[in-house]
Amino acid sequence: MNKTLETVCSGLARRRRREIRFRWYGRIAIFVSLAFLALLITSIVARGYKAFWQTEIAIDVFLDPEELTPPTPEHLARADLAGLIKRSLRQMFPEVHDRRRKRALYRLVSSAAPYQLRDYVLAHPDRIGQTVRLWVLAGADVDLYKKGYIDPEMPASERRLKDYQIAWLRKLESEGRLVLRFNRWFLLNGDSREPEQAGIQVAFRGSLYMMLVTFALSFPLGIAAAIYLEEFAPRNNVWVDLIEININNLAAVPSIVFGLLGLAVFIGWFGLPRSTPLVGGLTLTLMTLPTVIIASRAALKAVPPSIRYAALGIGASRVQTVFHHVLPLAMPGMLTGAIIGMARALGETAPLLMIGMVAFIVDPPQSLLDPATALPVQIYLWADSPERGFVERTSAAIIVLLLFLGIMNLAAILLRKRLERRW
Amino acid sequence: MKLFKTVTVAALGLLALQGQAAGRDYIYAVGSSTVYPFTTTVAEHFGKATEFPTPKVESTGTGGGMKLFCAGVGVQHPDVEDASRRIKKSEFERCRKNGVKDIVEVKIGYDGIVMAYSRKAPHRWNLTRRQIFLALAKQIPDPEHPGKLIANPYRTWRQIDPSLPDVAIKVYGPPPTSGTRDAFAELALEGGCKTFDWIKAIKHEDKKRYKAICHGIREDGAYVEAGENDNLIVQKLEADPNTLGIFGFSYLDQNVDKITGARVDGVEPTFENIAASQYPLSRPLFIYVKKAHVGLIPGIVQFLDEYTSEKAWGDEGYLTDKGLIPMPVEERKKYRKIARELIPLESL
Repeated sequence: MNKTLETVCSGLARRRRREIRFRWYGRIAIFVSLAFLALLITSIVARGYKAFWQTEIAIDVFLDPEELTPPTPEHLARADLAGLIKRSLRQMFPEVHDRRRKRALYRLVSSAAPYQLRDYVLAHPDRIGQTVRLWVLAGADVDLYKKGYIDPEMPASERRLKDYQIAWLRKLESEGRLVLRFNRWFLLNGDSREPEQAGIQVAFRGSLYMMLVTFALSFPLGIAAAIYLEEFAPRNNVWVDLIEININNLAAVPSIVFGLLGLAVFIGWFGLPRSTPLVGGLTLTLMTLPTVIIASRAALKAVPPSIRYAALGIGASRVQTVFHHVLPLAMPGMLTGAIIGMARALGETAPLLMIGMVAFIVDPPQSLLDPATALPVQIYLWADSPERGFVERTSAAIIVLLLFLGIMNLAAILLRKRLERRW
Repeated sequence: MKLFKTVTVAALGLLALQGQAAGRDYIYAVGSSTVYPFTTTVAEHFGKATEFPTPKVESTGTGGGMKLFCAGVGVQHPDVEDASRRIKKSEFERCRKNGVKDIVEVKIGYDGIVMAYSRKAPHRWNLTRRQIFLALAKQIPDPEHPGKLIANPYRTWRQIDPSLPDVAIKVYGPPPTSGTRDAFAELALEGGCKTFDWIKAIKHEDKKRYKAICHGIREDGAYVEAGENDNLIVQKLEADPNTLGIFGFSYLDQNVDKITGARVDGVEPTFENIAASQYPLSRPLFIYVKKAHVGLIPGIVQFLDEYTSEKAWGDEGYLTDKGLIPMPVEERKKYRKIARELIPLESL
């Protein structure tokens, strides 16, 4: 007896050490993953937050009645609005005569400026004939300068702005005509070749519409399949087993394969138009469905059998048992599964590549059948663009995508908290 | 099965809240990722300046785009194909077979391929095409036994030529799926390869072998495939000043503060040199338009008019800001005429 006690006592310190060590391994593992996550998020935010601000320049434009009357959209589409902008820039810097420098001067403002002028005139037709101060988008290089990406200390041949351009910008800054403002264009515009005009509206709507389609289809289908397989399908039946194996396999199939399937079925066979959120949503439904089914079945399995027995015991039919008692209890788990599956679909680019959503689209989609892109696709397209201004916009789009994901996951947690029942 | 299809299509239609659009009111372009920045720029200007909707431009690569473009005539098929090389005979025939008879070919300008390096590099690179070939080819002629091929033995640039810096050969470039890679192999490697007379002689006897020798890129780590993302190559060049990177001129143009282009055959890759056809590594870019879609899709004629206008592709047009190298005035006139009168390509 004494001997046993001795053995236990001698091993006790070692066992305790081992336990402490193991806890530390776990803590270190969590710490390392958190550190990587923090690194990723800080680097993205550090690079991207500036894209939510945008340099604007104030110019004094004379609203020339000769050019602008009548102020109708049809007339203004043909009017030389760019000429009016150029004229006011020349008046602000009357010392510029050289052709090359004039071109550089005109490039201080974005090519969107004439359209901003058009919108202004349409909104205030009574101001025609007056000189008004108009805030217009600055050109991409000016924006880079204002945000500190262009170092005036570098030799002139090695930077994107010449000495005289920097002198102009300093003058504008001292007059308070060059300021950073909240970049609403980034949220309102579609894609553009000019970084200062590019926005995520099309991609955001495309992703949103696709998620709606995916949710509307994969959730009811997935739950129906899961309920049947879990509650009604005969056990130990070859066909049921075969279906189960196939569903599990499908969940692991690379997403590009679903893209090919979507291309063949929805575009080839049904003849639905390419690049549309409808086709994108359908393709992503195919991809998410197996995940939803598996998660829903796990949620159904987690409902204690006693609930079923109790319901059956007081005379409920099987359908009543499932829908009155089992399903409400399994619902939080099912929703979480569906949302996690959709979160994965939200970040997919590969299947969308096959169905033509990697495209340049400027006009926001009005319906599910208008062409659109998706957020991850937009990130990919911008990351591949040569213009320097797209670097920060790429990161900004990633921030928006992460927020989108965060909201979806938050919704999952809130729904689970609301619906959860304890027993 | 038929019932199932009908029911599904009906359900999808309901879901979309509107019946499937019978027509398409926007222009649809596909093709090369090199031409993509130019076509999208024109599309954007076109969309803003006219009453037509902004065209949709897909980036599929030249080959992938040709497949879609040549699939047939009708609203579901693209109207415009962007190409970073000329249409191939096989593609042209495929088009004809599928009823795409009249194709209008418009050359839009040139693109330069540059071998760039970090501004922080201790040496200025000055290469010949022959040196590029010797550095990057899979097999090179044995210097000791002329007429024989050996696997590329060179590890450093100095081994190729005493005038070159004594650093390891490491070049970042695009993967085989890229049009830039094809053009690089054709212009730089083949250009250097041809300087060996006996290899040049093979061209007529055994075209396949000639291509294998001249277009084969080494796979032992000296040439690093950096994916299609050229911005990544710029970052890598900055991190290691002894490396070179291969990409389109527009990336050099946008990153002049970070990188600079190697001289090739003594010519610096500048806008002026490429436009004057002095720089050896430049290639033409094209768009192809389906004549059958004119009238079917609104705005094609006006879109071509915008693309071939001086304010777009001229010497000081907005496409030059995006890195397109304009054609000489005579050539521009020729292709503008083709575009305005929609003169189809007769044969290749």
